[in-house]
Amino acid sequence: MSKKVAVFRREHFNAAHRLFNPGWDDATNEKVFGKCARPHYHGHNYELEVKVTGKPDKRTGYVMDMKSLGDLVKREIHSRFDHKNLNLDTKEFKNLNPTAENIVVVIYDLLRPHIDKKMDLQIRLYETPRNFVEYPV
Amino acid sequence: MVYLTRLEHFNAAHKLYNPGWDADKNEQVFGKCANENWHGHNYELFVTVKGQPKPDTGFVFDVKQLSLLIKQHVIEKVDHMNLNMDVEFMKGRICSTENLAIGIWNELITHLPDGVKMHCIKLYETPRIYVEYFGED
Repeated sequence: MSKKVAVFRREHFNAAHRLFNPGWDDATNEKVFGKCARPHYHGHNYELEVKVTGKPDKRTGYVMDMKSLGDLVKREIHSRFDHKNLNLDTKEFKNLNPTAENIVVVIYDLLRPHIDKKMDLQIRLYETPRNFVEYPV
Repeated sequence: MVYLTRLEHFNAAHKLYNPGWDADKNEQVFGKCANENWHGHNYELFVTVKGQPKPDTGFVFDVKQLSLLIKQHVIEKVDHMNLNMDVEFMKGRICSTENLAIGIWNELITHLPDGVKMHCIKLYETPRIYVEYFGED
């Protein structure tokens, strides 16, 4: 088949974080980020949707083996971020504010090298059931 | 008797940790939930009260009032907080979902008007894990 198809894999992780710009004083952080800036952190159940788009392989009928996509997300994302404090425990957010926007770009960059270049990759990340982001757009 | 439920939500950081145990024992029992720098969740809270609908309103309890009670006595205390460090009613308790549900019950029960009884606190820690507490008797 020569038509493009998108395949999706859902994974999830949970983590603590706070939104904080170290170049600003506490009052400015509080003003901009509100309760998300609280010093003792808060947390989320993040839900991740990984979308891979391309033409199914003629031999297998697969765009990408879903099991291997799931294993990849577990290895590259879940093992890094699950049950962690994004600000304190991860090197990716040592100097990067862990907003949903920044997290989704980091996740894309971690996964992209492991997925066939012929395939498009798009990530949707839910921070709460009501707040979610997508990259790239 | 009619049962009336209001759903609210909050998010928070926590860790599972027994201060009477050393770090190894905590890690052994609580696994990654004992991560010293916290992790976090989006909690979904279902508060169910019960009573007879009043003849003049048809209501067991004005659900707007119920929502305000939950927001004032629970959500403001826990939302975007660290459950272990910031929440007075969890001080000295292990911040499991079970204990949090009991704590929320105790925060709310004294604020219900005559003729309205607490029936259940149902608390989701993740979309896949929840507890229910029906009180002591």
